[in-house]
Amino acid sequence: MSDTPMRDYAAGTPMPELGPTPWVTPKPLAESRVAIVTTAALHVVEDDRFTNDDTSFRMIPRERRDLALGHWSPNFDRAGFAADLDVVYPIDRLEELAADGVIGSVAPRHLAFAGNQEDTLTAVRLDSGPRAAALLLDDAVDVVLLTPV
Amino acid sequence: MCVLAHVFEAAGLATVSLISVRPVAERLPPPRALYGEFPLGRPLGKPGDAAFQHDVLRRAFALLERPSGPVLEDHPEVIESDGTPLACALPPRHDASLPAAVDEARAFRAAYDRAFAARGVTSVGRAIDADTVPEALDALHRIAEGADWQEVGLGGDPVSIAHDIRTYYEEAAIALADGPPAGGQTEAWFYEQTAAGRTLLAARAAMQGAGAPFPLWFYMARATR
Repeated sequence: MSDTPMRDYAAGTPMPELGPTPWVTPKPLAESRVAIVTTAALHVVEDDRFTNDDTSFRMIPRERRDLALGHWSPNFDRAGFAADLDVVYPIDRLEELAADGVIGSVAPRHLAFAGNQEDTLTAVRLDSGPRAAALLLDDAVDVVLLTPV
Repeated sequence: MCVLAHVFEAAGLATVSLISVRPVAERLPPPRALYGEFPLGRPLGKPGDAAFQHDVLRRAFALLERPSGPVLEDHPEVIESDGTPLACALPPRHDASLPAAVDEARAFRAAYDRAFAARGVTSVGRAIDADTVPEALDALHRIAEGADWQEVGLGGDPVSIAHDIRTYYEEAAIALADGPPAGGQTEAWFYEQTAAGRTLLAARAAMQGAGAPFPLWFYMARATR
């Protein structure tokens, strides 16, 4: 089944006004610590599951691969994730890039939000998003790779 | 996700976003974005293909070298979802006294267990566990046959149960399939070929007809089903 109807639907949903796009001049990638932040609602199995309209995030330790998919939308392919975690959360690819010296290092903690959010995303913009940024800065992260589903 | 890119960049983190819906990135431009026209749910494009995933990452991280932004680029390869049902055999009927979906779900248990053992994790468990999937399908069967959805003892909210049933089947299918399925194939197999998928869609339609609240029946299946 084509994804075009779902892409058209997503493109037509109300979106908040964000203002100008901020810009950081990054340091060289080979010196950067990289973290993944996914909106696929992944979580380690012993952590709280995502509720519908969950605006918070879950931490994923670098070494964990036993992750469950807790996203509430039925409108995307889940079999890819079931077959290969890295197609959503490319943690093994990051480890390979670090081993090859392409990136400086892999962050000790990665994060997951749920992509299904209310239209204004106020809580993410003002609360959980800044808290997540502070956590990543505490871990000396330089670059964030954002992955959706 | 574009919102998070803004929040993180404003906090001093450089961001690179893999984008699955291009118009959203056009309206809420993140600093650096790579659009991949891949099946939704597969932002790295191809499961089981490390070389392709590295190609996506290489193109994404290359955006960090741009002097200014926002920048939005397209990955050159388009991967369409495949509406062809996965080639995954269905079990023969074992106990004809049971609803077909219940009989079928029991038969898939061994494959599900193999998938669980291989990955060490399952995404089943929002409302029910694997042991309860046949019972939940029995309740959905009764709803489809006309029973009151509030009286059949579903054991949780219908949307979570629908997620768990579909996930149980898809994880079992991964264990039975020959390599990672193309995008959409497993979904098509579930809804169009399995008794469970047909039962779920029939129960969903019955709930709609019975006036169940929209969010409780609509999100039991993909919007286009």
